[in-house]
Amino acid sequence: MAFIELSNISKVYGTTTVVEKVNLEAEKGEFISFLGPSGCGKTTTLRMVAGFEQPNTGSITLDGADITYLPPRQRNIGMVFQSYALFPNMTVGQNIGFGLQTRKLPKEEIKQKVDEMLAMVHLESHIDKYPYQLSGGQQQRIALARALAINPAVLLLDEPLSALDAKIRVELRLEIRRIQQTMGITTIYVTHDQEEAMLLSDRVVVMSQGHVEQIGPPSRIYNYPATEFVAQFVGQLNLLPVSAVDMASATCTVAGHTIRFETSVARELSESPRLAIRPEELQIGFPAAGEEANTLSGEIASVLFLGAIVRLRVLVNGVLITADIFNERNITFPRAGDEIVLNFSKHACWLI
Amino acid sequence: MSNKNQLTTNTKMKRDALEVRPKNSFLSNWIGVTPFFIFTLFFIVLPSVSLVTRAFQDNAGNFTLRNFLDLFSPAILSSYWVSIRISFATALAGGLLGFLMAYAITVGKLPDGVRSGILTFSGVASNFAGVPLAFAFVATMGRTGMVTVLLKNVFHINIYNMGFNLYSFLGLSLTYTFFQFPLMILVITPALDGLKKEWKEAAENLGASQGMYLRKVLLPILMPSILGGMILLFGNSFGAYATAYSLTGGFINLITIMVGSQIKGDVLYNPGLGYALAVGMVIVMLIMMIFYYLLRRRSERWLRK
Amino acid sequence: MKRTSFWSWFWVAIGSLYFFLPLLSTFDFSLRAKKGVLTFIAYENVFKDPQFWSTIRFSLVIALFTVIFSILLVVPTVYWIRLRLPQLRMLVEFISMLSYVIPAIVLVFGLIRVFSGAPFHLTNSYFGTYVLLVAAYVVLTLPFVFRAIDTGMSAIDVRALTEAAQSLGAGRGTILFRVIFPNLRVAILSSVFLTLATVIGEYTMASFIVGIKAFGPYMSLIGQNKTYESSSITIISFTMTWALMMVIQVFNRDKTKRSSLSGVR
Repeated sequence: MAFIELSNISKVYGTTTVVEKVNLEAEKGEFISFLGPSGCGKTTTLRMVAGFEQPNTGSITLDGADITYLPPRQRNIGMVFQSYALFPNMTVGQNIGFGLQTRKLPKEEIKQKVDEMLAMVHLESHIDKYPYQLSGGQQQRIALARALAINPAVLLLDEPLSALDAKIRVELRLEIRRIQQTMGITTIYVTHDQEEAMLLSDRVVVMSQGHVEQIGPPSRIYNYPATEFVAQFVGQLNLLPVSAVDMASATCTVAGHTIRFETSVARELSESPRLAIRPEELQIGFPAAGEEANTLSGEIASVLFLGAIVRLRVLVNGVLITADIFNERNITFPRAGDEIVLNFSKHACWLI
Repeated sequence: MSNKNQLTTNTKMKRDALEVRPKNSFLSNWIGVTPFFIFTLFFIVLPSVSLVTRAFQDNAGNFTLRNFLDLFSPAILSSYWVSIRISFATALAGGLLGFLMAYAITVGKLPDGVRSGILTFSGVASNFAGVPLAFAFVATMGRTGMVTVLLKNVFHINIYNMGFNLYSFLGLSLTYTFFQFPLMILVITPALDGLKKEWKEAAENLGASQGMYLRKVLLPILMPSILGGMILLFGNSFGAYATAYSLTGGFINLITIMVGSQIKGDVLYNPGLGYALAVGMVIVMLIMMIFYYLLRRRSERWLRK
Repeated sequence: MKRTSFWSWFWVAIGSLYFFLPLLSTFDFSLRAKKGVLTFIAYENVFKDPQFWSTIRFSLVIALFTVIFSILLVVPTVYWIRLRLPQLRMLVEFISMLSYVIPAIVLVFGLIRVFSGAPFHLTNSYFGTYVLLVAAYVVLTLPFVFRAIDTGMSAIDVRALTEAAQSLGAGRGTILFRVIFPNLRVAILSSVFLTLATVIGEYTMASFIVGIKAFGPYMSLIGQNKTYESSSITIISFTMTWALMMVIQVFNRDKTKRSSLSGVR
């Protein structure tokens, strides 16, 4: 039995179903992210784990015990909020000690734990400051320390970084991962930022419109998206119209070119199937030969310089294809109007 | 064609204008606020200064502290004392009732219609002071007032036999509270709206009971706003004249009533003392306002984010 | 959950009783001018009294001048402070709040002492007393007019609007009257109606400066002489206050509606 289990939980407000039959099993120490656009039900699911909402159907068990209807304060689950939610009338030390105070621990023990937590988030010198005296990043570290001080069975984070500046965000997410791994704490993390989800998680749960689209390790989600939604939501993707699909030889026609595709992931095709390929899989150059190679030739429509990568928009017989190439210092940019050939392996593309 | 020419000359003129502007920037900077300062100088500063200087003069116009020493006579001290007590009582009672009602319509999650209804009536009632309010309370709790009669006929409680009198401390306090608690609702509602539901959730999440959340989080956060609101109510009642005057006909010994009769004619036979009375009121108000300012600064700091 | 909403309703009920009982009593009393029957005669008597109309008219005119003068005084000042002199902000705010510190009775005392004597002699002529009363009311209403205008102006980007207008060739007057004022419509209107509600029945200052000419002192006189009319006039005065507050509500509701709409989009 898994450490934390959501079985078939659904949540309905009035007539709208916000969360629909979500199932998840997480092992002890695992880092799980809920990823999805806003309104997909990820935060509601998290709040049901925390106990702020109750599912209409289904159950939640923690370490074998059913906690579906247990009040939040009896769950021993730590939570970090998007808006920090530090108590403005308490100092940093009092904030971190609050959860221990509710557990009526002796003063000495509280003090020791507070110091330990502050050391962990590297804010030892701020113990007597009030939240309004701290930056957003510092406040969120304190909120994290406060949630961890009670030695929770599970740590929940509800978009903890989305109120912060880009630079702090990058810094703090590494910190969260470090702390999570040293403490070995089971963590559920809600985000709409796919980079955050990929970088932090052992497994990602992609959600859309209240239901789970796919659960899996980040690389699996990226390379083998289970649904069209996942394919489109995670990373960049070319979706090219195809004709003359021949499943026996695994070939089809795209913009007048015959393309061989991957059939190892067998899946039902939609009525108007399209060929999916990520922009970074396309290489520019001369036509390549061989069993596994595909070639498209066209004309460059535009060139966008993005820093690490250069994004080309290529028009192949009226179909617009995006191709990413790496930047180099001495690069000679292709120009709009140039004739170009795009190569890619048959393993890089699949039909959806 | 001619339009285009005009445009170029316009631009040229503007450029010329820019070159001269810095010279009289001081004047043009201050011209916008001058009327305000002139007005307040004449109608706020001058009257106040005049009262203060006259309070320090004897009848012959010489400097004296005598007037302020005379304030410490029993009659005057007691009128200050009654005013302060009545203001304190109505600030406390009105403040509590107002807070509880504001709490009910914000945190208490009553329907939106109730909320907006109460906020509207608070706007009306907090403005409904003075003469008509006194009449209304005579019709309610006077000797033949509806509530008085109702209590007598239905519950067989004769409040006037029990020592109640509308023209007394208690009666005046009840009347003042009518405009006090709505003002508290108006003042405290924004502070209650500023409470984040995440604070409650974080407290629950950390294991706090409802009582502990109230004691350790909600009340400490709201306390500056509550006290600040009560100080406003105190001042509101301390300076009230019209309600008390029309209710009691000037027979209750309030400090505002005393100043009022001093304006009508020199009842103290000492104009200097009259000025000192007025200045004394301002001093009481100033002390309260300093407290108010300190509390407000604290609560704004907390609720800023 | 159940317990919370019980107490919420409980306190709302107490407050509502406190609010409605006096009104109900007054209304009931105002209908009892004739023994044994309910009658509106006390209202008729008030409406038939020419002095009722003349004092109302007088107080309305005074209120109107107060409104015009305080808007003309406060809007340019707040505008100027936001645009050019932010360092004066604290001072102006402090001055505006002074009439909280100086009770009306004390202010009117000082005003009479200053302006009745040389060199002003304002109290020697009717016109002079009117000017004094308007000035006194401007001071009295300054705290909330300042607040309303200041909040209204913080909601619009005054600097950007001014610079946009300037770049299109507008002068100072054009900017103030055709750009700033229209954008402050809600703030101005709500402070106008709040001023009206405060000033029309005001007693303390009116009784000392102009006496029985104003509506507040007139009501007081009625109270001394006529029993039932004092109740009917209370209901009338209350209805006026209520109407003015409803108007403010309507303006504010418009504003919130608009902003929540743009939020959804």
